[in-house]
Amino acid sequence: MAFGVAAPLLAAGCGNRPGGSGADGATAWALTGGSEEAFRQSFDSWNADHSDQEITAEYFANDAYKEKIRTAIGSGNAPTLIFGWAGATLADYVENGYVEDLTESTADLVERVLPSVAATGTIDGQVYAVPNNQSQPVLMYYNNDVLDAAGTQVPETWDDLLSAVDALKSNGIDAPIALAGQSVWPELMWISYLAERVGGPEAFNRVVAGEAGAWTHPDMVTAAGMITELVDAGGFGDSFASVVADAGADQALVYTGKSGMILQGSWIYPDFITDAPELVSGGGLAYGPFPQVDGGAGDPSNIVGNPANFWSVSADGSEEAREAATAYLSEAVYDDEHIDSLLSIGAVPPVIGLEDRIAEAENADFLSLNYEMVRDAANFQLSWDQAIPSDQAQELLNNLSQLFLGDIDADQFCSAMDATL
Amino acid sequence: MTIAAKTASRGARNRSARPAGPSPWMAAPALIIFGVFAIVPLFGVVALSFVDWDGLGSLSWAGFDNWTEAASDPVSRNALWLTIKLTVLCVLFQAPVSLLLGVFLAGRQRYRALLATLFFLPLLFSSAAVAITFTALLDPNFGVGTALDADWLSQNWLGDPELALYVVVFVIGWSFIPFHTLIYQAGTRQIPRELYEAARMDGAGPASQFFRITLPMLKYTIVTSTTLMTVGSLTYFDLIFVLTGGGPGNATRVLPLDMYLTGFRSYDMGKASVLAVVLVAVGLAVSLGLNRITGASRMDSQSEGS
Repeated sequence: MAFGVAAPLLAAGCGNRPGGSGADGATAWALTGGSEEAFRQSFDSWNADHSDQEITAEYFANDAYKEKIRTAIGSGNAPTLIFGWAGATLADYVENGYVEDLTESTADLVERVLPSVAATGTIDGQVYAVPNNQSQPVLMYYNNDVLDAAGTQVPETWDDLLSAVDALKSNGIDAPIALAGQSVWPELMWISYLAERVGGPEAFNRVVAGEAGAWTHPDMVTAAGMITELVDAGGFGDSFASVVADAGADQALVYTGKSGMILQGSWIYPDFITDAPELVSGGGLAYGPFPQVDGGAGDPSNIVGNPANFWSVSADGSEEAREAATAYLSEAVYDDEHIDSLLSIGAVPPVIGLEDRIAEAENADFLSLNYEMVRDAANFQLSWDQAIPSDQAQELLNNLSQLFLGDIDADQFCSAMDATL
Repeated sequence: MTIAAKTASRGARNRSARPAGPSPWMAAPALIIFGVFAIVPLFGVVALSFVDWDGLGSLSWAGFDNWTEAASDPVSRNALWLTIKLTVLCVLFQAPVSLLLGVFLAGRQRYRALLATLFFLPLLFSSAAVAITFTALLDPNFGVGTALDADWLSQNWLGDPELALYVVVFVIGWSFIPFHTLIYQAGTRQIPRELYEAARMDGAGPASQFFRITLPMLKYTIVTSTTLMTVGSLTYFDLIFVLTGGGPGNATRVLPLDMYLTGFRSYDMGKASVLAVVLVAVGLAVSLGLNRITGASRMDSQSEGS
């Protein structure tokens, strides 16, 4: 039965291609989970309206995708629409001529996107990638019940944070701040925010630019020193290095009251709703921006995280496929239907002027804060491990975990990182 | 082919002649598969170790740069040292335990079949599942320590650089001891009963029977099992990858893991290939060495008259 239906469709699909040169139609690879449902809906409705420019989408798990896409692009088998995180990987693609310049073809779309997010897909003033899903800023979550019990409150500044840690510790909380140290990447959020608050965007931009001594700059050393300070103060407890983020063991510490706070991406909020509905509905869960650092150069509105995921168009495919892909990008990405499907799964697309629509959505409080943080950010720093080349990123994760473990101090961390530039 | 056929037919005619070996052609399927999937890629890896390649751009000749870089890299040296340590610890832990269990299970007393089945279970689980389960069990906040209300179990098992390697050795042992137990059990059952009867008549107790009969008679079983353990630990990857990912810090970043992370996370294919070549060389050297030292390559039978 299924074959009987599919076969004529396939035949019709082939017949529709002009020229019949055997060139394949447009393909897209994206990730499972997260905004997968929004992608599916978007492609389905595009394909329904554009039978001559159909896009075939495939979905992969995160880690598997990251390895597969590189091999595929390197060997000339890339999908037409390449899903990515921008940053250094995109710069690599551009340098090797693997992706198309989208500056003109997607000008209309880019105009509607929040500037701090659109900037991430731009290299040397040319657009090579356009955002395709929600913004994922990193923010602080607090368990108000735990903070109240210790007689402390949501910290506004770094010093507040340190005294909140003390208060929680003396109230019998072993790990005042939950941290999934075994996964290492959550540690990256701490150093990113601290460097941002202490030295502003320049602190890390120097690293991205590959300037000699970028890591041993006094601002970086200060930020790394603050990590050691917080670890030594027992901010993360003694056993953070055994905690894994994959299964959400870090946020579980917060909603079970074993920890008072956590620094994590906006993507963990839906899990709070599922796993601790009473805490959320009772107002026990608070969230807000990362604390400020007194005397720091960074704008307090600046944020860290994933501005969004991005589509790039492969330079390898047939002209026909590339045309279909760019047409899809300029017409269908962030159209009304796409925005609705994103909002319905609690994802906030980085599009200008969404305030009213978000206010009507479920969990409007959280989504509005999320949206405003992205809208008002003077700088949206892409996750460090995506922003720098992968060999440097690996060294960074490696050295950072040793910094958190206390195996090396701030100076050793910074000089070890300088050696990678 | 013709020679083999001739020898075979002659052997068939004359039974008292030295029995002909099996036709060399029987090795062909294995050789072809081994050649295509092991030897050819091996040459590819050796070639890759002399170039710079990030998996994306074009290859560029690097000479011996990758080799000197790997030799001077503290992470890779630490990885080599950890691999040696892991191998030694694994053998020291697994060999005695599986020997004792194997000998115990070779007996024919009551409940042994049941126990043997229970001990065998871990071998049926996939490494990834074992690793994920142990990560959850060893979680200091929500793990087995909390469930049983036993504080001494709520350690920072996988987060303490001093402890993590031993935990890894334990989990590897947990998964592989059943396999080696099986080998020892089979080996022990091959030992002729008469030897024990004779020993008992000479007044040997159980301990003395174990040390004077069982152990010497298991010599080649010990060699086989130890070689498998050693080479297995040298190349052990999946369980550690899922259990710790090489962490905390570099505390469990053994050579195979270092190779993978260098190749598929840092995309430094040249240096990863160097590590792969080192791994192959060390593995071959160790298994050859073990065979040479223990004389297992002669492999003549221990039983009289056969």
